[in-house]
Amino acid sequence: MAAAFLVAAMAPGAFGQDAAAPQVPDTLQQRIAACTTCHGVHGEGTPGSKYFPRLAGKPAGYLARQIQNFQDGLRKYPPMEYTVRNLSPAYMHEIADYFSAQQVPYARSPVPPVTAAVLQRGEQLARDGDPQRKVPACASCHGVELTGVEPAIPGLVGLPYDYISSQLGAWRTHTRAMRKPDCMAVVAGRLQESDITAVAAWLASRTLPAHVRPQPPGTVKPPLSCGVLEVPGAGA
Amino acid sequence: MKRWVVIPVVVVVLAVLGGWLWMAGQRVGHVVTPEVGALTSEALADPALVARGAYLAAAGDCAGCHSVRGGLPYAGGRSVPTPFGNIPGPNLTPDPETGIGRWSFADFWRALHYGQRKDGQWLYPAFPFTSYTKVTPEDARAIYAYLRSLPAVRRETDAAKLSFPYNLRSTLAVWRARYFRPGGFQPDAGQSAAWNRGAYLVQGLGHCNECHAPRNALGATTGAWLSGGEIPRQDWYAPDLSMQANGGLQGWTARDVVDLLKTGHATKGAAFGPMADVVADSTQHLGDADLDAIATYLASLPPRQPRPAPRSAFDVKRITAAGEKVYRQHCADCHGGDGRGVAGVYPPLDGNSAVTEPTGINAMRTVLLGGFPPVTAGNPRPYSMPPYAQQLDDSDVALVVSYIRQAWGNKASIVRPEQVGKYRHTPID
Repeated sequence: MAAAFLVAAMAPGAFGQDAAAPQVPDTLQQRIAACTTCHGVHGEGTPGSKYFPRLAGKPAGYLARQIQNFQDGLRKYPPMEYTVRNLSPAYMHEIADYFSAQQVPYARSPVPPVTAAVLQRGEQLARDGDPQRKVPACASCHGVELTGVEPAIPGLVGLPYDYISSQLGAWRTHTRAMRKPDCMAVVAGRLQESDITAVAAWLASRTLPAHVRPQPPGTVKPPLSCGVLEVPGAGA
Repeated sequence: MKRWVVIPVVVVVLAVLGGWLWMAGQRVGHVVTPEVGALTSEALADPALVARGAYLAAAGDCAGCHSVRGGLPYAGGRSVPTPFGNIPGPNLTPDPETGIGRWSFADFWRALHYGQRKDGQWLYPAFPFTSYTKVTPEDARAIYAYLRSLPAVRRETDAAKLSFPYNLRSTLAVWRARYFRPGGFQPDAGQSAAWNRGAYLVQGLGHCNECHAPRNALGATTGAWLSGGEIPRQDWYAPDLSMQANGGLQGWTARDVVDLLKTGHATKGAAFGPMADVVADSTQHLGDADLDAIATYLASLPPRQPRPAPRSAFDVKRITAAGEKVYRQHCADCHGGDGRGVAGVYPPLDGNSAVTEPTGINAMRTVLLGGFPPVTAGNPRPYSMPPYAQQLDDSDVALVVSYIRQAWGNKASIVRPEQVGKYRHTPID
C-alpha cells in the first residue's frame, strides 16, 4: 500500500504539492512537443508554414529512417539535426510509429501560380516519367496513386510545394542523401529545374485520391537500384 | 598603433620566435622517451585491460571528437571548430596507414602526456593534452589496449584548416612554453579517496576545464578553475561548476550532480547542447562510485564573488513586463508561472545557471532550438522542448529571455534582439 502510494506520488504530473506546478500528461504526445510544434500534434504538418511536411500515415520504416539520416548527417537541415541528435533507436521507432498511426484529414498548402502546360508536364513526370531523359515515373515506386508503399516508401500526396521542390533540390546538391545506391539522387540529377517546379506544383495541387493509405509491401518493382530498399524493414 | 595592426605583428614575432625555439631547444621534445615502458602483445590482449580501457575512453569522451556523425566510432572525422580554424579529430583505430596501427605505447603516451605526435610535431591544444597530461600511465595503457582492440578502419584524417600563422605548428612551441607543463595528477593527502578520484577524473580524463573555463585570445584556459566560459565558435556557455555561494551550481546537492551526469536531467536542471552529447557519450556510462567522486570534488570548489547587479541603459521594467506576456503564453505551461518547472520532467528556470549564466547565450539558443535532453538508460523517453525559432522573432525571444533572467530570484542582465539574431544561425555540431 505504502509502495503503491510512493509510485503514484512519483508519476509525472503528481508533483502537485505546489499549486503553480503544471500537470504533465505521461503521454508520448506530451513528450514530443519538439516534433509536434512544427509537424502538428497528429503529424498533419503546418500548411500555413508552406514547408513543414505531413508525417501522419507515412510508413513507420520510412519515418524512422529519416530520423536516423538526420542524426547521421545524410539529411541536412540544422533544426532537425539538432532535435534528433541524441535520440536512441528505440525512441526513434516509437516516435515514427506514433506519426505513422495518425489518421487526420489532409490540408492543402498554397501553390505558386503556374500555367496549365506546367501542370501537365508535372502530371506526365509523376504518372509516366520521361523515357528520353531516363526519368522513371514517380508512381513506379511511390505507388499508383502516389500514396507510398509499406514499409519504406513515402507517399507524395498532400505535401507542400516548397517542401517537395526543396527536397528534389537537396538531392541534387547532396544535402539530402540516403544509403547507396541513392536512387533518388539519380532521379533528381536527371530532372531539369523546370521539371522540379512542374512535378512539385502538380503533386501539391492534385486532388487527393479516395484512399490515402500506403500500398501493401511488395506491390511495386522499383526500376532503379535503391540501397535503402535492400535493407529488410528499412525505409527510404 | 591600432589594435588590428598590433595583433598580426605580435603574432608574426611570436611565430618567428617559435620557429627559433623549435630549432634551438624544443627539439629535445622530438626524442622524448617516455619512462612508461612497452606493452607486450599478450598484455595488450588481456580482456580485463581492454574492458577497463573502454570504460576510461568513455570517461574521456574520446569518441566525441574522434568520430564523425554516422561514421564508425574512433575512426576520426569530426572537425572541432576553434577561433584559429577547424581541427579534425584523427583516426584512432589500429589501421597502419591512416590510424595508429604503427604507434607503440610510448608513441601513444607521448601524445597523451606531452601533446606530441609520433613524427615529433606538436599537437594542437584542441586535443586536450593540457588535461590528459594528468592521466596515469596505467590508465593510458588500458586506453591504448582498448584502441588497439578496435577493428581497423581505413580512413584518412582531413588536414587541419587553420589560418596563418596558426597553421605553422612551430608557433605551438611558444604556446607550450607559456601555457603547458607536462605532469601527472598529484593526490592531496588531506582529502578523501573519493575527492581525489573525483579530482583526477574531472581534471584529467574528463577534461571538464577545457570548456568550463574562460579562454584567452590565444586559446588557453585562464581564470578560476571550472569557473565557466564561452565555448568559442560553438556558441554555447559552459557554466561555472561551483556548488557554493554565487557558484553556477549553487543549491545543487551531490545527488543532483550525479543525476545530471547519469540521466541527463536533475531536479535543478537538464543537460542540453554540447553537455547533452557529453552525458550521452560519456558520463552516463560512468559507475556510481565515480559519479559520486566527481560530485564530492565539485562540492569542494570554492564560493565565487557575487556578480555586480546588472545595469542597463534600457528600460528594463518595460522589457521584462513585455517578456512576461511572452512567457505566460509560451513557457508557463511547462516551466510554471513561478519558474520552478516540474521535478523530473521540465527543468526549473529560477536559479538555473543555464538561464542566468553571464552571457545569456544558453537561454537564447535553447529558446530558439528547443530539443530533447539526452536519451539515457536512466531517462530513455525524455520530455522535449519545442523550438521557437519559427514562432518568435528576435524581439520576442529577447523579451522572454530578458524576463526569465530577471524574474523570481534571478538577477542576470537583459539581452537585446541583435544578440538573438546572431545566434539564429550558429553551428549545431
